[in-house]
Amino acid sequence: MSEAAVQLRDLRKVFRRDSMEIVALENIHLEVQRGDFVCLMGPSGSGKSTLLNLVAGIDRPTSGELHVLGEEISRLSESQLAAWRNRHIGFVFQTFNLIPVLTAFENVELPLLLTKLSSKERREHVEMALKLVGLADRMAHYPRQLSGGQEQRVAIARAIVADPTLVLADEPTGDLDAHSADEVLKILQQLNREFGKTVLLVTHDLRAARRATVRHYLDKGLLQDAPPLEMA
Amino acid sequence: MLPFKYNWRSMRVRWVSTLMTVVGIGLTVSVFLAMMSLVRGLESTFTETGYPLNLLLLRQGGTAESTSVLSRQNYEVVRYLPGIAPGQDGEPLVSPEIIVLINHPKKDGGTTNISIRGLTPRGLEIRPTVRMIEGRFFRGGLREVIVSRKVKERFQGMDLGERVRFGKGNWTVVGVFDAGQTAYGSEVWTDVDELGTDFDRPIYSSIVLRAADEAAIPRLKEAIAADRWLRLKVQRETEYWASQTRTAMPVKALGYFIAIVMAVGSAFAAMNTMYAAVAHRTREIATLRTVGFRRRTIVLSFLLESALLGLAGGLVGCLVALPLHGLATGTTNFVTFSEVAFNFRITPRLLLQALAFAAVMGAAGGLFPARRAASMKIVEALREL
Ligand SMILES: Nc1ncnc2c1ncn2[C@@H]1O[C@H](COP(=O)(O)OP(=O)(O)O)[C@@H](O)[C@H]1O
Ligand SMILES: [Mg+2]
Repeated sequence: MSEAAVQLRDLRKVFRRDSMEIVALENIHLEVQRGDFVCLMGPSGSGKSTLLNLVAGIDRPTSGELHVLGEEISRLSESQLAAWRNRHIGFVFQTFNLIPVLTAFENVELPLLLTKLSSKERREHVEMALKLVGLADRMAHYPRQLSGGQEQRVAIARAIVADPTLVLADEPTGDLDAHSADEVLKILQQLNREFGKTVLLVTHDLRAARRATVRHYLDKGLLQDAPPLEMA
Repeated sequence: MLPFKYNWRSMRVRWVSTLMTVVGIGLTVSVFLAMMSLVRGLESTFTETGYPLNLLLLRQGGTAESTSVLSRQNYEVVRYLPGIAPGQDGEPLVSPEIIVLINHPKKDGGTTNISIRGLTPRGLEIRPTVRMIEGRFFRGGLREVIVSRKVKERFQGMDLGERVRFGKGNWTVVGVFDAGQTAYGSEVWTDVDELGTDFDRPIYSSIVLRAADEAAIPRLKEAIAADRWLRLKVQRETEYWASQTRTAMPVKALGYFIAIVMAVGSAFAAMNTMYAAVAHRTREIATLRTVGFRRRTIVLSFLLESALLGLAGGLVGCLVALPLHGLATGTTNFVTFSEVAFNFRITPRLLLQALAFAAVMGAAGGLFPARRAASMKIVEALREL
């Protein structure tokens, strides 16, 4: 178990639009240890989301090695990858991405529908996850009946309900007010400290960056030495 | 599997387009059902006419009673063949009959051909599906007729006590009979000899007889065929009437044509709606796949939703068409060129067929939209607003 959670070697990602080529990531070497709280910073368009998506297994690299949790995931087939994501990855989006026609409970339950758990066990897991994010009393609410901060906390509950090893969050506080953002960050930190989750957080938020144990900085698709926090 | 409520609630959220699609599919399904219930009604009228032990004799090569000619001597020979069931009076159950077509005004305007059947009281005994419901049976020599309930309802001057003009003068309606859903329900009956005299026809159109039992049927058929002098065509009464179901062919063809139009229309309606639904839910789909749902599951989910649209349309169509059931109508029998009255008939089987058909067409329409939903790249779908 001493193996790194994430191991990237010479990772490269190129987007092709018509005849245009956009190099989103180049020459990426990165290791994330288990139990780290990693913060990934950088200007808009620098490739942060692209990097996170590759680690999450929802996009494929153009070349390079992509070891996540001991698996070379770029070699997995589509459906293997889907099952892998379900088991190992919890993903939190900037825009929450809750299913509007499902209640908070039903949204959180989604990842568990792919497991062998009974509906009683699923209920227990969902209730536990929602309790952890402080929304046990909002289970029957639809997303439109929740505030942005609450929606994001439901999304975090959905990300952790299946007990993934790796929690990935792409600017999770980007659409939130300062107070809600703080709550969300506290929960992520708690997940890291108390539950031992490896957290990879993309953010512009300096307060978020301060909570991290490791910081990386991306610029124009290249990893840089992280500048001191005051300058970022 | 994605939970069913996801599809159901999504459909409810975009209820305007759902409703429009459902109603559109529903209307085509109802038109299809109307046509097919017409076909079923017409076909069952023919297939339910006739009694299994009855044999119908026509001239050799004859296809319809109304165009067949038999001599009276034929009757005298047939009457004494062995294997014929005896009637209440102990005489063999054989009825020589004449069919004459008259043109008569309908109650709702226009005129059409009615079959006048000349027969003997044994002709009634031979047909257990026919029973008197008003007045009495006709008596020979008094220019009396009895009419079926449907003829009474659909034609002018056919009520009890009224006089009908045909042949050489007036005839009095002295009774009304019920013939169930059979073809006799479109006929007027009178005495065979009187009808023959009135139309100067010293011949018969057909002979109907009742075999004593199933075993007697092949023997009777053989005996009649072996008699080279008789020159008769023998068939079961049920076979004769069943052969007239081709009257339903044009309606049936139209029904199937409508079914094809309906299939294409419904599939396109569903396709349109589902493309819009997929476009609207692009980010949801990407989210579901990030969580771990496979492409196949997404395809299935959208197919199910589309099938549900079709099914709902089918249900609406059934509800719209159902009141037609039992409605009486009539058309020209293309074998005899006389009016045949029948009822629209919507069977549970027909309803199930319509529902299944609508659901399959809905799913077919959802095929391309569902494939588009599943083939999207997750990261690109996530970038959509
Ligand atoms: N699906 C895509 N197709 C084409 N170009 C893309 C795509 N995704 C990202 N890019 C491009 O790659 C670069 C990095 O994007 P991204 O990783 O989203 O940056 P960040 O998250 O740091 O703002 C940008 O120039 C962006 O326009
Ligand atoms: Mg980004």
